[in-house]
Amino acid sequence: MRELTYLEAVREAMSQEMRENEDVFVLGEDIGVYGGAFGVTRGMIEEFGPERIRNTPISEAAISGTAVGAALTGMRPILELQFSDFMTIAMDNMVNQAAKIRYMYGGKGKVPMVLRTPAGSGTGAAAQHSQSLEAWMAHIPGLKVVQPSTAYDAKGLLKAAIDDDNPVIFYEHKLCYRTKSDVPEEAYSIPLGKADIKKQGEDVTIVATAFMVHKSLEAAEELEKEGIHVEVIDPRTLVPLDIETIVQSVKKTGRLVVVHEAVKRGGFGGEIASLIAESEAFDYLDAPIKRLGGKAVPIPYNPELEKAAVPAVADIVTVVKETLNRL
Amino acid sequence: MTQKLKLPPQVKETELRELYKQMWLIRFFEEKVDEFFAKGMIHGTTHLSVGQEASAVGSIAVLEERDKITSTHRGHGHCIAKGATVNGMMAELFGRTTGYCKGKGGSMHIADVDKGNLGANGIVGGGFAIAAGAALTSQMKRAGYVVLCFFGDGASNEGSFHEAINLASIWKLPVVFICENNQYGMSGPVREMINIEDIAARAASYGIPGKVVDGNDVFDVMNGVNEAVERARNGEGPSIVEAKTYRSKGHSKSDAKKYRTREEEKEWLLRDPIKLMAEIMIEEGIFTQQDADEIKADAKKEIEESVEFAKNSPEPTLDALMEDIYA
Repeated sequence: MRELTYLEAVREAMSQEMRENEDVFVLGEDIGVYGGAFGVTRGMIEEFGPERIRNTPISEAAISGTAVGAALTGMRPILELQFSDFMTIAMDNMVNQAAKIRYMYGGKGKVPMVLRTPAGSGTGAAAQHSQSLEAWMAHIPGLKVVQPSTAYDAKGLLKAAIDDDNPVIFYEHKLCYRTKSDVPEEAYSIPLGKADIKKQGEDVTIVATAFMVHKSLEAAEELEKEGIHVEVIDPRTLVPLDIETIVQSVKKTGRLVVVHEAVKRGGFGGEIASLIAESEAFDYLDAPIKRLGGKAVPIPYNPELEKAAVPAVADIVTVVKETLNRL
Repeated sequence: MTQKLKLPPQVKETELRELYKQMWLIRFFEEKVDEFFAKGMIHGTTHLSVGQEASAVGSIAVLEERDKITSTHRGHGHCIAKGATVNGMMAELFGRTTGYCKGKGGSMHIADVDKGNLGANGIVGGGFAIAAGAALTSQMKRAGYVVLCFFGDGASNEGSFHEAINLASIWKLPVVFICENNQYGMSGPVREMINIEDIAARAASYGIPGKVVDGNDVFDVMNGVNEAVERARNGEGPSIVEAKTYRSKGHSKSDAKKYRTREEEKEWLLRDPIKLMAEIMIEEGIFTQQDADEIKADAKKEIEESVEFAKNSPEPTLDALMEDIYA
């Protein structure tokens, strides 16, 4: 099968949907001839024209609200927010408007929109362009939250997100953009709320999100050499969350490590750990649940400091061994 | 009044009685609501537009059925003028299932999406971008409808005002921003919060028309808004219309109005919009004092009936709590 980068997969998902459905359009800053801050929309304005690839002023509050209003009246907008940190400026529209309209209006009206946005550190962009704030959005009833880690997942999940009748926040990790995987040419959908077991194993369950999936797989490979068989699960969507797949895995392994790049304090890992502690899998646990997350610090500029702020492969290896008492 | 009353072409003289009735429906609806809050018969909070009826009725009178509005936290008048039934509205304030939002939205969130009322909004300035988005749908689908976006003097100091009006202006969206300048943002007098005489003057910075109308004169509102609506419908883009008016009651239910004088209130009462409308219509020979009294009595009766309807409507069952979060 053909290989695509994650970035190309995102673009292909949008383009295929736009060819099928005239109501789908993209709006965002510099997404026209410039192709977007990371080049995701490059070439799209040439195919779809400026009316459907809408270059906007630098106005995150306006474009997020405009997407809400367009969605409420029959369009299916895809909003590209240049960096997920700028969610702070779009927050009112996503949290107070998009997430609540259907409920507040007694089930009348819907807001089928996708907010796509690059998240995470590792590019030297420092404190205001490197955060992982997905737990904020996962906290809000009415929103769905998607965090693909591979090109294959990105394409299928984005189609599902665009087809969904609810506001979906779609986090694209910047370090995932250049990763490649086999991606079918035809359109396909991966249902929101279905985790993926990225690697099977019996000894320890790792639940990891976004770029941490790749780091966890690397850690798993190292651990294999020592005869430790790790199972790596990528929930792929935080809301809705496929907790059942994680429960089944923990029942098998008896050990759970949760890894995300977002600051550990108040991060989504706490939610996963709690759900497991409350579930039938609790009785199967042979060791305390471990969480690995970013340090409680703004992401620094210096490359070594930046790396140290988020979990590394070596940290994952160490924590897995801790749960096995094999340090 | 000496010269013949000038009406926008789409408003027929025969419709004026209906508009006069709308003014009284709004007044009686809100007086009833005020009474019920004072007696503790309905809970939460509410924001009354008593004294501002002309800007709602006059603006919406020039619209076509397919046109849409976004409203504000002080939105009962807009809803009634856009064709909402007082039964559904009163039932909503009573929290009943027959209310516009099945009792889950309350006073600040009444919407009737199918009728083109995209909703009241509890966030000051929350409607600007949503209105722009709805207008974008009209433009992209060549639907031909215009969106009226109501906002207050206070909202014009929100960042969303600038972002959304700029966007609407560069894209020539069919939207009219109607400022109901009622002289106070909660307790903040407009003269202390804004350093210019007319909010409409801000239109100049977006390269769009800004017009001031007498917000207590329903006919002046109609003519001013009509010009802006025609311009929007012709694809010439947005405008700001500022209706100078006065909020006769406090900001919300618990307001001792310490920030203004009783003399000031009395002065504005002399130009009460309903009284003014009746005077003009009698002088123009459109109806008699007796007609005016009958219409008023009809409106009063309709509101009394809405109270009975609301009281006799069922409360939601607890199953409804978790319904309609997602589409």
